[in-house]
Amino acid sequence: MNDTNSNSVVALIPQINMPPISLRRRVMDHVMTGVAVLTVALVLLPLFAIFAYLVYKGIGSINLAFLTQTPKPVGEPGGGMANAIAGSIVILGIASLLGVPLGIGAGIFLSEYGRNRYGDVVRFISDVLNGVPSIVIGIVAYGLVVMRQKHFSALAGGVALAIMMVPTIARTTEQMLLLVPQAIREAAYGLGVSRWRTTLSITLRTATSGVITGVMLAFARVAGETAPLLFTAFGNQFWNWKTDQPTAALSLQIFTYAISPFDEWHRQAWAGALVLIVLIVAAVAAVRIAVRHGTLAGA
Amino acid sequence: MGVGITVEHLNAFYAKTQALFDINITVQANHATALIGPSGCGKSTFIRCLNRMHETIPEARVEGKVLIGDLSVYNGTSATQLRRRVGMVFQKANPFPTMSIYDNVAAGLKLNGFRHRKQLDEVVHKSLHASALWDEVKDHLHKKSGASLSGGQQQRLCIARALAVQPEVLLMDEPCSALDPISTGKIEELIFQLKEQYTIVIVTHNMQQAARVAEFTGFFLLGKMIEFDKTEKIFTNPSDKRTEDYVTGRFG
Repeated sequence: MNDTNSNSVVALIPQINMPPISLRRRVMDHVMTGVAVLTVALVLLPLFAIFAYLVYKGIGSINLAFLTQTPKPVGEPGGGMANAIAGSIVILGIASLLGVPLGIGAGIFLSEYGRNRYGDVVRFISDVLNGVPSIVIGIVAYGLVVMRQKHFSALAGGVALAIMMVPTIARTTEQMLLLVPQAIREAAYGLGVSRWRTTLSITLRTATSGVITGVMLAFARVAGETAPLLFTAFGNQFWNWKTDQPTAALSLQIFTYAISPFDEWHRQAWAGALVLIVLIVAAVAAVRIAVRHGTLAGA
Repeated sequence: MGVGITVEHLNAFYAKTQALFDINITVQANHATALIGPSGCGKSTFIRCLNRMHETIPEARVEGKVLIGDLSVYNGTSATQLRRRVGMVFQKANPFPTMSIYDNVAAGLKLNGFRHRKQLDEVVHKSLHASALWDEVKDHLHKKSGASLSGGQQQRLCIARALAVQPEVLLMDEPCSALDPISTGKIEELIFQLKEQYTIVIVTHNMQQAARVAEFTGFFLLGKMIEFDKTEKIFTNPSDKRTEDYVTGRFG
């Protein structure tokens, strides 16, 4: 290397006197920041509006009876949705038990083994499944479970919701696993850890928080679904803990009460909606806290 | 104890591109061997062939013969078995971010089903000592994530992690390229001590480093091994003109 060479590199860059930042740009800077804040507010506004309105309409009907009793016949005051709250929890439990492992498994396949034609087919089908109207999913569960069992059941409702959860969980899991750097996988391979072990204990574990976000999104989405439960879980006015019997669900109860002509039922429908949303928020928050509790400093 | 490595007629490919051409080399047990050469000359590909890491890349393949001690690498040995005997330290420190310091070091054993708590404690303790990291991390082995350490500490953590599975050979792919001189010094010192127990193959861009730590040096150029000899000879009196040009800084 010679000296003239290194000098000329510097000489190649022309001297530029940067003009001071103009007023227009400074104003624009603030305007754009304002726009960004505004859009956030716009996005959050409906959420708060819905929640506030639910509280306003529903809180009055929430009492101990509402949370502990089954519905009363029309005209009798009191009664509650306890059986529907329990039914929703059972149905969502079944849906999560079936849908979460299946979805995560599919996501693992897509990310770790599906970087090929076959994976593309699965991806495409999963995206299509995501777009299938929920009532159609209900028909599928009807055909798969109800027709065979000869009656409606919590299991059928759970299967319908599980089918809805799978594509969302699969695709987010895939995306989250792809974000894990190849170097992390190589580190495990380099220690003589087998591929499936690496996938489960290293890759999936590194992506845990993202995968859980996907699971919670899917969960929250199906928790409020009504259409797929109409002819699967069907609803029930009484307590039922058997998974092969028609089961009440909050969303079904809200639907039935909301389209009824009775004021008392309308009020209870509002209360039911409030309880449903609180339950969803509580479930998501609980999982988040549990995950954060297990996370190390600096991770 | 370390074991020697014998490589015969090794060719490596990425899809249709050939990256290594007929490499022959014998690496001495319990010595450090440095591989130098300009970027893209195949040094990294070469050491990744020694523990079958090369084939984790889609469409990559290898031809030829590699012996680690008396274990034939490309002849029926499972890659996972082999990699327990041939540890690797990568260019960029890659601790497992969700694991504590302790778990990072214990990972190789734990994930292979080793659960003996007391022995794990001992292995972690010894490995961290061997990688000269113990004093810096002993107070928060379980509390801090491996990713919370500084770059140089992370790299030493990765070395501890590799040592914990008690390999016979340690492959180091530019282990100091992202580190400051102090951390580099610590790792070089470490290589010096590790030589007593392990066979070390180190890829480096830093020729002074090769001269400092290695008894033998191989010079790679365009996928070929141009020269392989005692480090002293490579740097003072190389047989090949291209080696001389490279080590004297005339190109590369």
